[in-house]
Amino acid sequence: MTETPTSPRPTTLAQKIVARASARDHVTPGEIVTARVDLAMIHDSGGPRRVEPILQDLGVGLFDASKVVLISDHFVPGDTDEGARILELTRQWAKERKVAFHDGEGICHVVLPERGHLLPGMLVVGGDSHSPTGGAFGAYMFGVGATEMAGVLATGEIWLKVPETILLKWRGRLSAGVTAKDMMLALCGRLGMDGGKYQAVEYAGEAITALSMQERMTLSNMAAELGGQAGLIAPDATTAAFLEAAGANMNARASWSGLATDTGAPVQEHHVFDASALAPQVAAPHSPANSAPVTEAPETPVDIAYIGACTGAKYEDLRNAANILRGRRLGKGVELLVAPASKRDQDRAAADGIMAVFENAGARILPNACGICAGYGTDRLGEDVTCISSTARNFKGRMGAASSRVWLGSPLTVAASAIAGKIADPRDFLPDERERS
Amino acid sequence: MSGRIILVGDDIDTDQLAPGAYMKGGIEALAAHCLEGVRPGFAQEVKPGDVLVAGRNFGVGSSREQAAEALKHLGLAGVVALSFAGIFYRNAINLGLPVLTAPDLSAVTDGAAARLDVAAARLELASDGAAIALDPLPDNLQVLLADGGLVPHLKKRFAKERNKEQGQCAEHRP
Repeated sequence: MTETPTSPRPTTLAQKIVARASARDHVTPGEIVTARVDLAMIHDSGGPRRVEPILQDLGVGLFDASKVVLISDHFVPGDTDEGARILELTRQWAKERKVAFHDGEGICHVVLPERGHLLPGMLVVGGDSHSPTGGAFGAYMFGVGATEMAGVLATGEIWLKVPETILLKWRGRLSAGVTAKDMMLALCGRLGMDGGKYQAVEYAGEAITALSMQERMTLSNMAAELGGQAGLIAPDATTAAFLEAAGANMNARASWSGLATDTGAPVQEHHVFDASALAPQVAAPHSPANSAPVTEAPETPVDIAYIGACTGAKYEDLRNAANILRGRRLGKGVELLVAPASKRDQDRAAADGIMAVFENAGARILPNACGICAGYGTDRLGEDVTCISSTARNFKGRMGAASSRVWLGSPLTVAASAIAGKIADPRDFLPDERERS
Repeated sequence: MSGRIILVGDDIDTDQLAPGAYMKGGIEALAAHCLEGVRPGFAQEVKPGDVLVAGRNFGVGSSREQAAEALKHLGLAGVVALSFAGIFYRNAINLGLPVLTAPDLSAVTDGAAARLDVAAARLELASDGAAIALDPLPDNLQVLLADGGLVPHLKKRFAKERNKEQGQCAEHRP
């Protein structure tokens, strides 16, 4: 009997990235490794104001300023004294520490890839819980708190328990009026907010491949609500086209095709869903896991319709909502608030006539920032307000008064509900094919 | 027994632990509002040594470490839960707040006298001398906690590295 040359063991996308970052040939799920960090993203809340005192206490500087990106979004526009002070401190720090800084240009998870910082195969930490968004680009990106971030900034390292992979396969194609947000609300309802078990969630299948980059970002973003550490999608031509347009470094492009979960890799859970059978979803207060098809929602009048956040106010989210709103009026007593997720997306939406649709409908346009979703500023939901929101989280009191009730839906569902004055099915408001093209 | 059990439910989120409206201020002001939405008066009720016992997915939500910092600031000996959300769990350990899981916490009652023995991974209950066995922490996290959290741990490591460097310099001296 002759010995055949051993082929590399089949591995998951998560294993490949973690192995490379921890300088191992192979890593096994469950083992604890120390990984080198390729990129660290911080924002104005968990960033300078929290990490600088720790760095000073440790008596060290940044491990590599060229691998740190700072983005202001939580306290923008600085509408409270304390918020303005925090922004000033953030700006000062960016100068002193000589890091890439995007100030008032949008929400970190959207700005990071939009400006070409993120690449497939990277191991990235972000100082925010929606950091799994970066997984849409095939980067292993996850959120950490400020002390852990300070440790990363000081050492360039982080410990990781090599994740298991939970594979979520979507067959078929989404029907008109149904989006990535609806997929995520359905998943939260089905698997629960701890269904991701702090492991690597990976999305695959023809319905995923068919999605645009920004829709994929919505999936990965809400891996946070599924309780995953990361939310991965293998990079493909769609990824490369987005990154090339964003001015990212394309030198390693040839190697990206290897960044995928091999057949026979150790996948802990494998779930299969049918995209073509999915209806628009809404999640009732106060959990994203309280989701159900919009057709089953009780009659619910809304006071405020909110299109905002990294989850639900990117260019495509705005375009989808505008397609519903165009030529229609808001329901009586409904206030529509739109906080485009980045300045670049807002500019593009303005050039395409999308912002005019919101303005003509009487919407109030808010800054390119986390806004009411984070609930850090003066704009917050009042007592007993009912809101339908394109954001990711509807925890009690998060967006304002403890008595306010937030329903979650896709940007289309939010737009449809703004017109109807109550929670509504966006499929009843879709433009016909002629108008849409 | 140095403390009491404070019992809460499943899915306690970071907006309950560290409400966004108070995030711009210091930990003192923030901690005063910790969990007020689920257990009014919590911050006033906690005494040093008390143990917070929770259900599934404790700390779900944001990466804001003030969620763990507030609990530590109030003097809790630690949190014992059926499960934790990942980022909160890491934050707690990094800040030196013990967080331990157990497969079954049904024997725990609110207000009961208790003591958390982190090193032995046991929750001692006064009632009948019984104790609940908790899941032991992985070695690397035991080291982090024993050092008092990530910052003291890194200080120790950097001091060691500096000593080593100095030692190496000495060796090269003619």
